[in-house]
Amino acid sequence: MTDSTNAALTFDDIGMIFPDGTETLQNISFSIKKGEFITVVGPSGCGKSTLLKIASGLLEPTAGSVDVDRDRLGYVFQDATLLPWRNVTQNIELFCELHGMPKEERRDLAQSAIELVGLSGFENHYPKSLSGGMKMRASLARTLTLKPPLFLFDEPFGAVDEITREHLNEETQQLFLQEGFAGLFITHSITEAVFMSTKVLVMSARPGNIVAEFDIPFDYPRKPELRFDAEFARICGEVSKELRGGHS
Amino acid sequence: MSDTPTSETTKSKTSDGKSKARAAALNIIPPFLFGSLVIGGWYFISYVMLSENRRFLLRPPDKVVTEGFLDWGGTGGMSEMLQSLWSSTKVAGIGLFLAILIGLFLAVLMSQAITVEKALFPFLVTLQAIPILAIVPLISFWWGTGQTSRVVVCIIISLFPIIVNTLFGLQSAERGMHDLFTLHHASRLTRLRKLMFPAALPAMFAGLRISAGLSVIGAIVGDFFFGRGEVGLGQLIKRFASRLQGEELLTSVILSSILGVGVFLLFTWIQNKAIGKWSDRAGLV
Repeated sequence: MTDSTNAALTFDDIGMIFPDGTETLQNISFSIKKGEFITVVGPSGCGKSTLLKIASGLLEPTAGSVDVDRDRLGYVFQDATLLPWRNVTQNIELFCELHGMPKEERRDLAQSAIELVGLSGFENHYPKSLSGGMKMRASLARTLTLKPPLFLFDEPFGAVDEITREHLNEETQQLFLQEGFAGLFITHSITEAVFMSTKVLVMSARPGNIVAEFDIPFDYPRKPELRFDAEFARICGEVSKELRGGHS
Repeated sequence: MSDTPTSETTKSKTSDGKSKARAAALNIIPPFLFGSLVIGGWYFISYVMLSENRRFLLRPPDKVVTEGFLDWGGTGGMSEMLQSLWSSTKVAGIGLFLAILIGLFLAVLMSQAITVEKALFPFLVTLQAIPILAIVPLISFWWGTGQTSRVVVCIIISLFPIIVNTLFGLQSAERGMHDLFTLHHASRLTRLRKLMFPAALPAMFAGLRISAGLSVIGAIVGDFFFGRGEVGLGQLIKRFASRLQGEELLTSVILSSILGVGVFLLFTWIQNKAIGKWSDRAGLV
């Protein structure tokens, strides 16, 4: 599983024990190449988010190593984490600003990211007047401005309603195809995982390790109707079975 | 995109006029009724409960208006009271300004290093707990009995809420937001300027509004004890009390509270201008 040639991200035998003694991750090894979209599903508290934090450098693993270029890493959090005192444009410009980009350039990048996620017309709105889905789009657009070769998604659509979630899944898929980044996605939703990914990894309960791996055979772009396909349902069932096994 | 708030906006616009009128009525009618009740009670005490030779204890409202507010000339006239009001306003203003400078500086310092916070906090609590009366003699030893001492009292009284609220605000930015800044290698100063400081504004303004009112109390209490130089409201109150000038005494008390309310409203206005667009905390009161 650790063929790291041309990989955007490689986990090599990662283990994580927190200072209070909790062992969260154990022997995690896999890599993601450009053009791959890998989703990790697993029970709550199995260390999925910890894995992303390790990938991004927010946490140091207690065992193993990570190979990743962290200069232009895209990280989409569970919450949209928009700064409430900045309007949509200013929020989307934030990362470019932190990277010292000139004002003109970052305004252009923000504008095209806004168009890409369909937030045109809401440039001057403040986060408090946006719906949950729109906040998530703004958060996606903010990350897109850096044109990251690797995107980490920490269960970003968990807090929006089902229909918005489906829309966001389709839009994220479109961005993935358009921008060609490597994606590592964390979710609880099996349908979401199977719909978007090239590969789904199932993690066991704590300490989390990879217990199953599913290559998803459907071609991109995937249509919404795919969710009602028999083969789609079968794969979801398989993933679910593994997930239940991981729970017990 | 599918989930725009358009329908909500249209709906809220139609009911906007009605709800505004209702809110205005709610803001005006109950305080007006209660105010009338208080004035009625005041008349009742002055004219019914107090005999004529004891009426100096609570002069009736109309006497306060005619002999306090409308009598301009001489000592204890309105023009002298307004001068004193101006003097106390200056003391409160200077005291509050310095308290804001010191308060923000200390809060920022404490937010940057836990050791500084741990070192300073107990002493700030102690300073806040000292009754101002107890340190009046010390203040007069060190700064005399003039304007400076009044400003010092003002600072001591209004400093604490600014520090505590600003510090709380600086520490209130969510963990996820800090992670964003960490991921993009933001410097300490950038993090302070672009994340912690703006996040602190709502709490900071809450503290400023409390301190604004306290600075007026500080100015009047300071003036009460340190009477050299310009005569402030505190000195006038002291004089009117000793001469049993009930109307003038009540007038200066009312002027003091008008100053307090004025400063509070000024800071509420600044707050709404500064953070009203994005914060849920903003509002009239």
